[in-house]
Amino acid sequence: MAKDETRDQTHRAIEAVFRIERARLLASLARMTRDVDRAEELAQDALLIALTEWPKTGVPDRPGAWLTAAAKRRLIDGVRHDAMRSRKQAEIGRELDEEQDMRVEAAEAALDDPLGDELLGLIFAACHPVISPEARAALTLRLVGGLTVEEIARAFLSNEAAIAARITRAKKAIAKAGLAFEVPRGAELQTRLGSVLEVVYLIFNEGYAATAGPSLVRPPLCAEAQRLARILAGLMPEQPEVLGLLALVEIQASRLSARAGSDGRFVPLTQQNRARWDQLLIRRGLNALDRAAALGGADGPYALQAALAACHARARTAEATDWRRIAGLYDRLGQVMPSPVVELNRAVAHSMAFGPEAGLRLVDQIADAATLRNYAPLPAARGDFLFRAGRRDEAKAAFEAAAALTANERERDFLLDRAAACGK
Amino acid sequence: MRVMVFVKATEDSEKGLPPTEEMTEMFEAMGKYNEELVNAGVMVDGDGLKPSSAGKRIAFDGASRTVIDGPFAEARELVAGYWVWEVKDMDEAVAWAKRCPNPMPGPSELEIRPFYEMEDFGDALTPELAEREQQLRDRLSGE
Repeated sequence: MAKDETRDQTHRAIEAVFRIERARLLASLARMTRDVDRAEELAQDALLIALTEWPKTGVPDRPGAWLTAAAKRRLIDGVRHDAMRSRKQAEIGRELDEEQDMRVEAAEAALDDPLGDELLGLIFAACHPVISPEARAALTLRLVGGLTVEEIARAFLSNEAAIAARITRAKKAIAKAGLAFEVPRGAELQTRLGSVLEVVYLIFNEGYAATAGPSLVRPPLCAEAQRLARILAGLMPEQPEVLGLLALVEIQASRLSARAGSDGRFVPLTQQNRARWDQLLIRRGLNALDRAAALGGADGPYALQAALAACHARARTAEATDWRRIAGLYDRLGQVMPSPVVELNRAVAHSMAFGPEAGLRLVDQIADAATLRNYAPLPAARGDFLFRAGRRDEAKAAFEAAAALTANERERDFLLDRAAACGK
Repeated sequence: MRVMVFVKATEDSEKGLPPTEEMTEMFEAMGKYNEELVNAGVMVDGDGLKPSSAGKRIAFDGASRTVIDGPFAEARELVAGYWVWEVKDMDEAVAWAKRCPNPMPGPSELEIRPFYEMEDFGDALTPELAEREQQLRDRLSGE
Protein backbone atom coordinates (compact mmCIF):
# COMPACT_ATOMS: atom_id res chain seq x y z
CA MET A 1 0.00 0.00 0.00
CA ALA A 2 2.65 2.48 1.09
CA LYS A 3 4.79 1.31 -1.79
CA ASP A 4 1.95 2.00 -4.23
CA GLU A 5 1.55 5.46 -2.79
CA THR A 6 5.24 6.26 -3.26
CA ARG A 7 5.04 4.95 -6.79
CA ASP A 8 1.98 7.06 -7.42
CA GLN A 9 3.71 10.15 -6.07
CA THR A 10 6.78 9.51 -8.21
CA HIS A 11 4.59 9.15 -11.28
CA ARG A 12 2.77 12.37 -10.54
CA ALA A 13 6.05 14.20 -10.08
CA ILE A 14 7.33 12.86 -13.40
CA GLU A 15 4.11 13.77 -15.15
CA ALA A 16 4.37 17.29 -13.77
CA VAL A 17 7.88 17.62 -15.20
CA PHE A 18 6.60 16.21 -18.47
CA ARG A 19 3.76 18.72 -18.60
CA ILE A 20 6.24 21.56 -18.19
CA GLU A 21 8.34 20.21 -21.06
CA ARG A 22 5.54 18.93 -23.27
CA ALA A 23 4.92 21.96 -25.49
CA ARG A 24 8.62 22.47 -26.20
CA LEU A 25 9.11 18.77 -26.77
CA LEU A 26 6.22 18.70 -29.24
CA ALA A 27 7.60 21.79 -30.95
CA SER A 28 10.95 20.11 -31.36
CA LEU A 29 9.46 16.87 -32.64
CA ALA A 30 7.02 18.59 -34.98
CA ARG A 31 9.90 20.49 -36.53
CA MET A 32 11.78 17.20 -37.03
CA THR A 33 8.90 15.14 -38.39
CA ARG A 34 6.64 17.88 -39.80
CA ASP A 35 3.83 15.68 -38.57
CA VAL A 36 1.84 16.71 -35.48
CA ASP A 37 0.33 13.27 -34.88
CA ARG A 38 3.73 11.61 -35.06
CA ALA A 39 5.15 14.26 -32.74
CA GLU A 40 2.40 13.57 -30.21
CA GLU A 41 3.01 9.82 -30.39
CA LEU A 42 6.74 10.27 -29.91
CA ALA A 43 6.21 12.62 -26.98
CA GLN A 44 3.93 10.04 -25.39
CA ASP A 45 6.60 7.37 -25.97
CA ALA A 46 9.17 9.60 -24.31
CA LEU A 47 6.89 10.00 -21.29
CA LEU A 48 6.51 6.23 -20.99
CA ILE A 49 10.29 5.79 -21.13
CA ALA A 50 10.74 8.48 -18.47
CA LEU A 51 8.17 6.77 -16.25
CA THR A 52 10.30 3.59 -16.38
CA GLU A 53 13.74 5.22 -16.16
CA TRP A 54 13.39 8.22 -13.83
CA PRO A 55 12.16 6.31 -10.78
CA LYS A 56 15.56 4.51 -10.92
CA THR A 57 17.81 7.40 -11.97
CA GLY A 58 15.99 10.43 -10.65
CA VAL A 59 14.85 13.34 -12.84
CA PRO A 60 17.78 14.34 -15.09
CA ASP A 61 19.27 17.84 -14.87
CA ARG A 62 17.88 18.83 -18.24
CA PRO A 63 14.65 16.85 -18.51
CA GLY A 64 13.67 18.58 -21.75
CA ALA A 65 16.85 17.52 -23.54
CA TRP A 66 16.52 14.01 -22.10
CA LEU A 67 12.93 13.61 -23.32
CA THR A 68 13.83 14.96 -26.76
CA ALA A 69 16.73 12.51 -27.05
CA ALA A 70 14.49 9.61 -26.01
CA ALA A 71 11.81 10.60 -28.52
CA LYS A 72 14.43 11.05 -31.22
CA ARG A 73 15.78 7.52 -30.66
CA ARG A 74 12.24 6.20 -31.05
CA LEU A 75 11.83 8.16 -34.25
CA ILE A 76 15.02 6.77 -35.76
CA ASP A 77 14.23 3.22 -34.61
CA GLY A 78 10.87 3.57 -36.30
CA VAL A 79 12.39 4.67 -39.57
CA ARG A 80 14.92 1.80 -39.47
CA HIS A 81 12.22 -0.69 -38.64
CA ASP A 82 10.13 0.43 -41.59
CA ALA A 83 13.17 0.30 -43.84
CA MET A 84 13.99 -3.27 -42.81
CA ARG A 85 10.50 -4.42 -43.53
CA SER A 86 10.88 -3.44 -47.11
CA ARG A 87 14.22 -3.66 -48.87
CA LYS A 88 12.89 -1.37 -51.52
CA GLN A 89 12.44 1.27 -48.90
CA ALA A 90 15.92 0.84 -47.46
CA GLU A 91 17.31 3.58 -49.58
CA ILE A 92 14.49 5.94 -48.78
CA GLY A 93 14.90 5.04 -45.13
CA ARG A 94 18.54 5.99 -45.13
CA GLU A 95 17.81 9.25 -46.83
CA LEU A 96 15.10 9.96 -44.35
CA ASP A 97 17.47 9.01 -41.58
CA GLU A 98 20.05 11.46 -42.79
CA GLU A 99 17.56 14.22 -43.34
CA GLN A 100 16.10 13.63 -39.92
CA ASP A 101 19.54 13.55 -38.32
CA MET A 102 20.14 17.01 -39.67
CA ARG A 103 16.85 18.27 -38.34
CA VAL A 104 17.55 16.53 -35.04
CA GLU A 105 20.87 18.36 -34.78
CA ALA A 106 19.18 21.67 -35.45
CA ALA A 107 16.55 20.81 -32.88
CA GLU A 108 19.16 19.89 -30.30
CA ALA A 109 20.96 23.16 -30.87
CA ALA A 110 17.66 24.95 -30.40
CA LEU A 111 17.04 23.23 -27.07
CA ASP A 112 19.50 25.57 -25.47
CA ASP A 113 18.02 28.48 -27.35
CA PRO A 114 16.58 30.75 -24.69
CA LEU A 115 14.59 32.56 -27.39
CA GLY A 116 12.24 29.60 -27.46
CA ASP A 117 12.18 29.75 -31.23
CA GLU A 118 10.78 26.24 -31.52
CA LEU A 119 7.89 26.81 -29.18
CA LEU A 120 7.04 29.95 -31.14
CA GLY A 121 7.25 27.91 -34.34
CA LEU A 122 4.68 25.49 -32.94
CA ILE A 123 2.38 28.33 -31.85
CA PHE A 124 2.62 29.97 -35.28
CA ALA A 125 1.81 26.65 -36.99
CA ALA A 126 -1.15 25.91 -34.72
CA CYS A 127 -2.48 29.42 -35.36
CA HIS A 128 -1.84 29.44 -39.11
CA PRO A 129 -4.50 31.23 -41.18
CA VAL A 130 -5.07 28.08 -43.28
CA ILE A 131 -6.93 26.76 -40.23
CA SER A 132 -10.31 28.14 -39.13
CA PRO A 133 -10.12 30.31 -35.99
CA GLU A 134 -12.13 27.85 -33.84
CA ALA A 135 -9.93 24.95 -34.92
CA ARG A 136 -6.84 27.08 -34.30
CA ALA A 137 -8.03 27.71 -30.76
CA ALA A 138 -8.70 24.02 -30.11
CA LEU A 139 -5.35 22.93 -31.56
CA THR A 140 -3.43 25.59 -29.63
CA LEU A 141 -5.08 24.58 -26.37
CA ARG A 142 -4.25 20.94 -27.12
CA LEU A 143 -0.62 21.39 -28.24
CA VAL A 144 0.58 24.43 -26.33
CA GLY A 145 -1.79 24.50 -23.35
CA GLY A 146 -1.63 20.74 -22.90
CA LEU A 147 -5.39 20.45 -22.35
CA THR A 148 -7.04 17.14 -23.13
CA VAL A 149 -9.75 16.94 -25.77
CA GLU A 150 -12.25 16.40 -22.95
CA GLU A 151 -11.08 19.56 -21.16
CA ILE A 152 -11.31 21.59 -24.36
CA ALA A 153 -14.79 20.22 -25.07
CA ARG A 154 -15.92 21.14 -21.57
CA ALA A 155 -14.41 24.60 -21.88
CA PHE A 156 -16.18 25.31 -25.16
CA LEU A 157 -19.40 23.58 -24.04
CA SER A 158 -18.98 21.29 -27.01
CA ASN A 159 -18.73 17.51 -27.21
CA GLU A 160 -15.52 15.56 -27.45
CA ALA A 161 -16.25 14.18 -30.91
CA ALA A 162 -16.74 17.66 -32.33
CA ILE A 163 -13.53 19.00 -30.75
CA ALA A 164 -11.56 15.92 -31.83
CA ALA A 165 -12.84 16.40 -35.39
CA ARG A 166 -11.88 20.07 -35.26
CA ILE A 167 -8.36 19.18 -34.14
CA THR A 168 -8.04 16.50 -36.83
CA ARG A 169 -9.12 19.00 -39.49
CA ALA A 170 -6.55 21.48 -38.19
CA LYS A 171 -3.76 18.89 -38.33
CA LYS A 172 -4.76 17.92 -41.87
CA ALA A 173 -4.70 21.56 -42.94
CA ILE A 174 -1.18 21.89 -41.49
CA ALA A 175 -0.02 18.74 -43.31
CA LYS A 176 -1.63 19.81 -46.57
CA ALA A 177 -0.03 23.23 -46.44
CA GLY A 178 3.33 21.59 -45.65
CA LEU A 179 3.99 23.96 -42.74
CA ALA A 180 7.56 23.91 -41.43
CA PHE A 181 6.89 24.88 -37.79
CA GLU A 182 9.16 27.89 -38.14
CA VAL A 183 8.70 31.45 -36.95
CA PRO A 184 7.86 33.56 -40.01
CA ARG A 185 10.27 36.36 -40.87
CA GLY A 186 10.01 39.82 -42.33
CA ALA A 187 6.69 41.14 -43.56
CA GLU A 188 4.99 37.77 -43.12
CA LEU A 189 5.64 37.92 -39.38
CA GLN A 190 3.14 40.72 -38.78
CA THR A 191 0.29 39.04 -40.66
CA ARG A 192 0.91 35.69 -39.02
CA LEU A 193 1.33 37.30 -35.61
CA GLY A 194 -2.09 38.88 -36.06
CA SER A 195 -3.51 35.41 -36.53
CA VAL A 196 -1.81 34.16 -33.33
CA LEU A 197 -3.06 37.09 -31.25
CA GLU A 198 -6.57 36.59 -32.63
CA VAL A 199 -6.58 33.00 -31.35
CA VAL A 200 -5.36 33.96 -27.88
CA TYR A 201 -8.01 36.66 -27.62
CA LEU A 202 -10.70 34.31 -28.92
CA ILE A 203 -9.83 31.82 -26.17
CA PHE A 204 -9.84 34.58 -23.59
CA ASN A 205 -13.19 35.96 -24.70
CA GLU A 206 -14.79 32.54 -24.74
CA GLY A 207 -13.85 32.36 -21.06
CA TYR A 208 -14.57 35.97 -20.19
CA ALA A 209 -17.82 36.63 -21.98
CA ALA A 210 -19.21 33.13 -22.30
CA THR A 211 -21.45 33.40 -25.35
CA ALA A 212 -23.72 30.56 -24.31
CA GLY A 213 -24.62 28.42 -21.36
CA PRO A 214 -25.54 28.85 -17.73
CA SER A 215 -22.25 30.25 -16.48
CA LEU A 216 -21.20 33.80 -17.15
CA VAL A 217 -17.47 33.32 -17.00
CA ARG A 218 -15.25 30.29 -17.51
CA PRO A 219 -12.04 31.23 -15.72
CA PRO A 220 -9.98 28.20 -16.88
CA LEU A 221 -10.12 29.45 -20.47
CA CYS A 222 -9.10 32.92 -19.34
CA ALA A 223 -6.19 31.42 -17.41
CA GLU A 224 -5.06 29.50 -20.51
CA ALA A 225 -5.25 32.63 -22.66
CA GLN A 226 -3.34 34.62 -20.06
CA ARG A 227 -0.66 31.97 -19.92
CA LEU A 228 -0.39 32.00 -23.73
CA ALA A 229 -0.18 35.80 -23.79
CA ARG A 230 2.50 35.72 -21.07
CA ILE A 231 4.48 33.11 -22.99
CA LEU A 232 4.28 35.20 -26.16
CA ALA A 233 5.31 38.35 -24.30
CA GLY A 234 8.24 36.46 -22.77
CA LEU A 235 9.36 35.15 -26.17
CA MET A 236 8.60 38.25 -28.27
CA PRO A 237 9.19 41.16 -25.89
CA GLU A 238 9.90 43.52 -28.80
CA GLN A 239 6.43 43.19 -30.38
CA PRO A 240 4.18 46.01 -29.12
CA GLU A 241 0.92 44.31 -30.07
CA VAL A 242 1.89 41.19 -28.10
CA LEU A 243 2.33 43.46 -25.08
CA GLY A 244 -0.92 45.22 -25.97
CA LEU A 245 -2.78 41.91 -25.96
CA LEU A 246 -1.09 40.86 -22.72
CA ALA A 247 -2.13 44.17 -21.13
CA LEU A 248 -5.69 43.70 -22.38
CA VAL A 249 -6.17 40.17 -21.02
CA GLU A 250 -4.46 40.91 -17.69
CA ILE A 251 -6.63 43.96 -17.02
CA GLN A 252 -9.84 42.30 -18.15
CA ALA A 253 -9.05 39.19 -16.11
CA SER A 254 -8.53 41.39 -13.05
CA ARG A 255 -12.33 41.79 -12.97
CA LEU A 256 -13.26 38.14 -13.35
CA SER A 257 -14.43 37.59 -9.80
CA ALA A 258 -16.35 40.89 -9.73
CA ARG A 259 -18.16 40.22 -13.00
CA ALA A 260 -20.59 37.72 -11.56
CA GLY A 261 -22.50 38.54 -8.39
CA SER A 262 -22.81 36.08 -5.52
CA ASP A 263 -26.05 34.86 -7.12
CA GLY A 264 -24.20 34.25 -10.38
CA ARG A 265 -25.77 37.21 -12.14
CA PHE A 266 -23.88 39.52 -14.48
CA VAL A 267 -22.65 42.70 -12.82
CA PRO A 268 -21.88 45.52 -15.27
CA LEU A 269 -18.54 47.26 -15.05
CA THR A 270 -19.86 50.45 -13.47
CA GLN A 271 -21.58 48.48 -10.69
CA GLN A 272 -18.80 46.07 -9.86
CA ASN A 273 -17.28 45.96 -6.40
CA ARG A 274 -13.87 47.37 -7.27
CA ALA A 275 -12.36 45.99 -4.07
CA ARG A 276 -12.61 42.60 -5.77
CA TRP A 277 -10.55 43.62 -8.76
CA ASP A 278 -7.22 41.82 -8.78
CA GLN A 279 -4.65 44.57 -8.28
CA LEU A 280 -1.73 42.30 -9.15
CA LEU A 281 -3.19 41.68 -12.60
CA ILE A 282 -4.00 45.37 -13.05
CA ARG A 283 -0.42 46.29 -12.20
CA ARG A 284 0.88 43.70 -14.67
CA GLY A 285 -1.50 44.96 -17.34
CA LEU A 286 -0.58 48.63 -16.87
CA ASN A 287 3.08 47.67 -16.99
CA ALA A 288 2.65 45.76 -20.26
CA LEU A 289 0.69 48.70 -21.70
CA ASP A 290 3.50 51.11 -20.79
CA ARG A 291 5.99 48.81 -22.49
CA ALA A 292 3.82 48.63 -25.64
CA ALA A 293 3.60 52.44 -25.72
CA ALA A 294 7.36 52.78 -25.18
CA LEU A 295 7.85 50.62 -28.29
CA GLY A 296 5.70 53.05 -30.26
CA GLY A 297 2.66 50.77 -30.22
CA ALA A 298 0.13 52.93 -28.36
CA ASP A 299 -2.17 53.04 -31.40
CA GLY A 300 -2.23 49.29 -32.09
CA PRO A 301 -5.72 47.76 -31.89
CA TYR A 302 -4.89 45.64 -28.81
CA ALA A 303 -2.96 48.44 -27.10
CA LEU A 304 -5.92 50.79 -27.62
CA GLN A 305 -8.35 48.23 -26.20
CA ALA A 306 -5.97 47.73 -23.28
CA ALA A 307 -5.80 51.50 -22.79
CA LEU A 308 -9.60 51.49 -22.60
CA ALA A 309 -9.58 48.72 -20.03
CA ALA A 310 -6.89 50.65 -18.14
CA CYS A 311 -9.15 53.73 -17.87
CA HIS A 312 -11.58 51.66 -15.82
CA ALA A 313 -8.82 49.94 -13.86
CA ARG A 314 -7.38 53.29 -12.79
CA ALA A 315 -10.72 54.74 -11.61
CA ARG A 316 -11.22 54.11 -7.90
CA THR A 317 -14.97 54.53 -8.22
CA ALA A 318 -17.31 54.26 -11.19
CA GLU A 319 -17.99 57.99 -10.88
CA ALA A 320 -14.29 58.76 -11.22
CA THR A 321 -14.16 57.11 -14.69
CA ASP A 322 -12.63 59.42 -17.29
CA TRP A 323 -15.33 58.96 -19.95
CA ARG A 324 -13.99 61.75 -22.16
CA ARG A 325 -10.68 59.96 -22.42
CA ILE A 326 -12.52 56.71 -23.14
CA ALA A 327 -14.60 58.39 -25.87
CA GLY A 328 -11.36 59.73 -27.39
CA LEU A 329 -9.75 56.27 -27.31
CA TYR A 330 -12.82 54.77 -29.04
CA ASP A 331 -12.58 57.45 -31.71
CA ARG A 332 -8.99 56.29 -32.36
CA LEU A 333 -9.91 52.62 -32.19
CA GLY A 334 -12.68 53.23 -34.74
CA GLN A 335 -9.97 54.53 -37.09
CA VAL A 336 -7.52 51.62 -36.75
CA MET A 337 -10.07 48.83 -36.31
CA PRO A 338 -13.32 49.96 -37.89
CA SER A 339 -16.20 47.67 -36.95
CA PRO A 340 -19.85 48.04 -35.98
CA VAL A 341 -19.05 46.60 -32.54
CA VAL A 342 -16.42 49.26 -31.91
CA GLU A 343 -18.91 51.90 -33.08
CA LEU A 344 -21.45 50.56 -30.61
CA ASN A 345 -18.98 50.81 -27.75
CA ARG A 346 -18.01 54.23 -29.00
CA ALA A 347 -21.67 55.22 -28.75
CA VAL A 348 -21.76 53.98 -25.14
CA ALA A 349 -18.61 55.95 -24.29
CA HIS A 350 -19.98 59.10 -25.88
CA SER A 351 -23.26 58.68 -24.00
CA MET A 352 -21.32 58.53 -20.73
CA ALA A 353 -19.10 61.48 -21.63
CA PHE A 354 -21.62 63.75 -23.35
CA GLY A 355 -25.08 62.45 -22.40
CA PRO A 356 -27.58 59.82 -23.63
CA GLU A 357 -28.57 61.85 -26.72
CA ALA A 358 -24.97 61.70 -28.00
CA GLY A 359 -25.11 57.92 -27.58
CA LEU A 360 -28.46 57.63 -29.36
CA ARG A 361 -27.20 59.68 -32.30
CA LEU A 362 -24.21 57.36 -32.78
CA VAL A 363 -26.12 54.14 -32.19
CA ASP A 364 -28.81 55.08 -34.71
CA GLN A 365 -26.09 55.49 -37.34
CA ILE A 366 -25.15 51.81 -37.01
CA ALA A 367 -28.56 50.31 -36.24
CA ASP A 368 -28.84 48.94 -39.77
CA ALA A 369 -25.44 47.26 -39.92
CA ALA A 370 -25.99 43.64 -40.96
CA THR A 371 -23.51 42.26 -38.42
CA LEU A 372 -25.45 43.86 -35.57
CA ARG A 373 -28.92 42.72 -36.58
CA ASN A 374 -29.03 39.93 -33.98
CA TYR A 375 -26.46 41.41 -31.62
CA ALA A 376 -28.00 41.71 -28.15
CA PRO A 377 -25.65 44.44 -26.87
CA LEU A 378 -27.04 46.89 -29.48
CA PRO A 379 -30.64 47.03 -28.21
CA ALA A 380 -29.24 46.71 -24.66
CA ALA A 381 -27.16 49.87 -25.12
CA ARG A 382 -30.03 51.63 -26.87
CA GLY A 383 -32.29 50.70 -23.97
CA ASP A 384 -29.82 52.20 -21.54
CA PHE A 385 -29.60 55.49 -23.48
CA LEU A 386 -33.40 55.73 -23.75
CA PHE A 387 -33.78 54.93 -20.05
CA ARG A 388 -31.36 57.67 -19.11
CA ALA A 389 -33.08 60.07 -21.50
CA GLY A 390 -36.34 59.42 -19.63
CA ARG A 391 -37.99 57.57 -22.54
CA ARG A 392 -39.04 54.60 -20.37
CA ASP A 393 -41.52 52.89 -22.72
CA GLU A 394 -39.07 52.79 -25.59
CA ALA A 395 -36.32 51.66 -23.18
CA LYS A 396 -38.47 48.76 -21.96
CA ALA A 397 -39.05 47.54 -25.52
CA ALA A 398 -35.33 47.78 -26.29
CA PHE A 399 -34.32 45.75 -23.19
CA GLU A 400 -36.89 43.09 -24.03
CA ALA A 401 -35.60 42.90 -27.58
CA ALA A 402 -32.06 42.48 -26.23
CA ALA A 403 -33.16 39.76 -23.79
CA ALA A 404 -34.74 37.85 -26.66
CA LEU A 405 -31.45 37.92 -28.57
CA THR A 406 -28.94 36.78 -25.94
CA ALA A 407 -28.07 33.09 -25.52
CA ASN A 408 -26.53 33.58 -22.10
CA GLU A 409 -29.09 32.91 -19.38
CA ARG A 410 -27.44 35.16 -16.81
CA GLU A 411 -27.31 38.04 -19.24
CA ARG A 412 -30.97 37.48 -20.13
CA ASP A 413 -31.94 37.73 -16.45
CA PHE A 414 -30.04 40.98 -16.19
CA LEU A 415 -31.76 42.47 -19.25
CA LEU A 416 -35.23 41.40 -18.11
CA ASP A 417 -34.54 43.01 -14.74
CA ARG A 418 -33.72 46.23 -16.51
CA ALA A 419 -36.87 45.99 -18.64
CA ALA A 420 -38.92 45.49 -15.48
CA ALA A 421 -37.25 48.52 -13.85
CA CYS A 422 -38.55 50.72 -16.71
CA GLY A 423 -42.10 50.28 -15.47
CA LYS A 424 -41.36 51.67 -12.02
CA MET B 1 -4.18 28.24 -9.43
CA ARG B 2 -2.10 30.96 -7.89
CA VAL B 3 0.63 30.10 -5.39
CA MET B 4 3.11 32.10 -3.39
CA VAL B 5 6.57 30.62 -3.18
CA PHE B 6 8.54 31.80 -0.18
CA VAL B 7 12.30 31.79 -0.13
CA LYS B 8 12.98 31.13 3.54
CA ALA B 9 15.69 33.20 5.19
CA THR B 10 18.95 31.75 6.49
CA GLU B 11 21.61 33.11 8.83
CA ASP B 12 23.48 34.21 5.71
CA SER B 13 20.56 36.08 4.18
CA GLU B 14 19.91 37.73 7.54
CA LYS B 15 23.42 39.22 7.37
CA GLY B 16 22.50 41.19 4.26
CA LEU B 17 23.79 40.98 0.71
CA PRO B 18 26.68 38.60 -0.01
CA PRO B 19 30.04 39.84 -1.45
CA THR B 20 29.73 41.28 -4.98
CA GLU B 21 31.21 38.27 -6.75
CA GLU B 22 28.91 35.74 -5.13
CA MET B 23 25.99 38.07 -5.68
CA THR B 24 26.72 38.40 -9.40
CA GLU B 25 26.90 34.65 -9.70
CA MET B 26 23.62 34.18 -7.85
CA PHE B 27 21.91 36.90 -9.89
CA GLU B 28 23.03 35.20 -13.05
CA ALA B 29 21.67 31.78 -12.06
CA MET B 30 18.49 33.24 -10.64
CA GLY B 31 18.05 35.49 -13.67
CA LYS B 32 18.16 32.50 -15.99
CA TYR B 33 15.65 30.64 -13.86
CA ASN B 34 13.34 33.65 -13.69
CA GLU B 35 13.50 33.95 -17.45
CA GLU B 36 12.43 30.31 -17.76
CA LEU B 37 9.51 31.02 -15.43
CA VAL B 38 8.50 34.08 -17.45
CA ASN B 39 8.78 32.30 -20.79
CA ALA B 40 6.60 29.50 -19.50
CA GLY B 41 3.97 32.05 -18.47
CA VAL B 42 4.27 30.90 -14.86
CA MET B 43 5.73 33.87 -13.00
CA VAL B 44 3.42 36.78 -12.31
CA ASP B 45 5.36 38.53 -9.56
CA GLY B 46 8.36 38.19 -7.31
CA ASP B 47 10.95 40.09 -5.33
CA GLY B 48 13.58 39.91 -2.63
CA LEU B 49 13.26 41.26 0.89
CA LYS B 50 15.87 42.97 3.06
CA PRO B 51 16.97 41.18 6.26
CA SER B 52 14.68 41.37 9.27
CA SER B 53 17.01 43.96 10.84
CA ALA B 54 15.30 46.42 8.47
CA GLY B 55 11.83 45.18 9.47
CA LYS B 56 9.34 45.83 12.20
CA ARG B 57 6.66 43.74 13.85
CA ILE B 58 3.38 44.95 15.25
CA ALA B 59 2.15 42.74 18.06
CA PHE B 60 -1.60 42.65 18.77
CA ASP B 61 -3.11 41.78 22.10
CA GLY B 62 -6.65 42.98 22.69
CA ALA B 63 -6.59 46.73 22.23
CA SER B 64 -2.84 47.07 22.59
CA ARG B 65 -0.43 47.45 19.68
CA THR B 66 3.27 47.04 20.32
CA VAL B 67 5.89 47.81 17.71
CA ILE B 68 8.96 45.55 17.82
CA ASP B 69 12.05 46.46 15.83
CA GLY B 70 14.01 43.79 13.93
CA PRO B 71 16.19 41.78 13.69
CA PHE B 72 14.13 38.78 14.68
CA ALA B 73 15.40 35.43 15.89
CA GLU B 74 14.74 32.08 14.18
CA ALA B 75 16.08 32.89 10.71
CA ARG B 76 14.38 29.79 9.27
CA GLU B 77 10.97 31.19 10.18
CA LEU B 78 11.64 34.38 8.25
CA VAL B 79 11.13 35.14 4.59
CA ALA B 80 13.90 36.45 2.33
CA GLY B 81 11.95 36.66 -0.90
CA TYR B 82 8.89 35.45 -2.77
CA TRP B 83 7.38 34.69 -6.11
CA VAL B 84 3.77 34.58 -7.20
CA TRP B 85 3.22 31.85 -9.77
CA GLU B 86 0.22 30.76 -11.74
CA VAL B 87 0.29 27.01 -12.28
CA LYS B 88 -2.20 24.25 -13.05
CA ASP B 89 -1.73 22.40 -9.78
CA MET B 90 0.63 21.87 -6.83
CA ASP B 91 2.51 19.15 -8.72
CA GLU B 92 3.49 21.68 -11.35
CA ALA B 93 4.52 24.20 -8.68
CA VAL B 94 6.70 21.57 -7.02
CA ALA B 95 8.29 20.62 -10.35
CA TRP B 96 9.16 24.26 -11.00
CA ALA B 97 10.44 24.83 -7.47
CA LYS B 98 12.78 21.85 -7.76
CA ARG B 99 14.42 23.54 -10.75
CA CYS B 100 15.30 26.64 -8.78
CA PRO B 101 19.03 27.14 -8.29
CA ASN B 102 19.88 26.92 -4.59
CA PRO B 103 18.82 30.40 -3.47
CA MET B 104 21.30 30.53 -0.58
CA PRO B 105 24.97 29.62 -0.11
CA GLY B 106 24.13 26.95 2.49
CA PRO B 107 21.10 24.70 3.04
CA SER B 108 17.86 26.55 2.44
CA GLU B 109 14.17 26.04 1.83
CA LEU B 110 11.35 27.09 -0.48
CA GLU B 111 7.77 26.93 0.72
CA ILE B 112 4.78 26.83 -1.65
CA ARG B 113 1.42 28.06 -0.45
CA PRO B 114 -1.73 28.23 -2.59
CA PHE B 115 -3.87 31.37 -2.49
CA TYR B 116 -7.48 31.17 -1.39
CA GLU B 117 -9.84 31.40 -4.33
CA MET B 118 -13.48 32.49 -4.43
CA GLU B 119 -14.72 28.87 -4.54
CA ASP B 120 -12.86 28.14 -1.30
CA PHE B 121 -15.16 30.45 0.62
CA GLY B 122 -18.20 28.47 -0.50
CA ASP B 123 -20.81 28.67 2.23
CA ALA B 124 -18.81 31.19 4.23
CA LEU B 125 -20.25 33.78 1.87
CA THR B 126 -23.55 33.69 3.78
CA PRO B 127 -26.83 35.00 2.37
CA GLU B 128 -26.46 37.97 4.76
CA LEU B 129 -23.05 38.85 3.32
CA ALA B 130 -24.36 38.34 -0.19
CA GLU B 131 -27.32 40.59 0.66
CA ARG B 132 -25.01 43.28 2.03
CA GLU B 133 -22.99 43.13 -1.13
CA GLN B 134 -26.13 43.44 -3.20
CA GLN B 135 -27.08 46.56 -1.24
CA LEU B 136 -23.63 48.00 -1.81
CA ARG B 137 -24.04 47.32 -5.49
CA ASP B 138 -27.48 48.93 -5.55
CA ARG B 139 -26.05 51.98 -3.82
CA LEU B 140 -23.25 52.21 -6.37
CA SER B 141 -25.69 51.98 -9.23
CA GLY B 142 -27.86 54.66 -7.63
CA GLU B 143 -31.05 52.59 -7.68
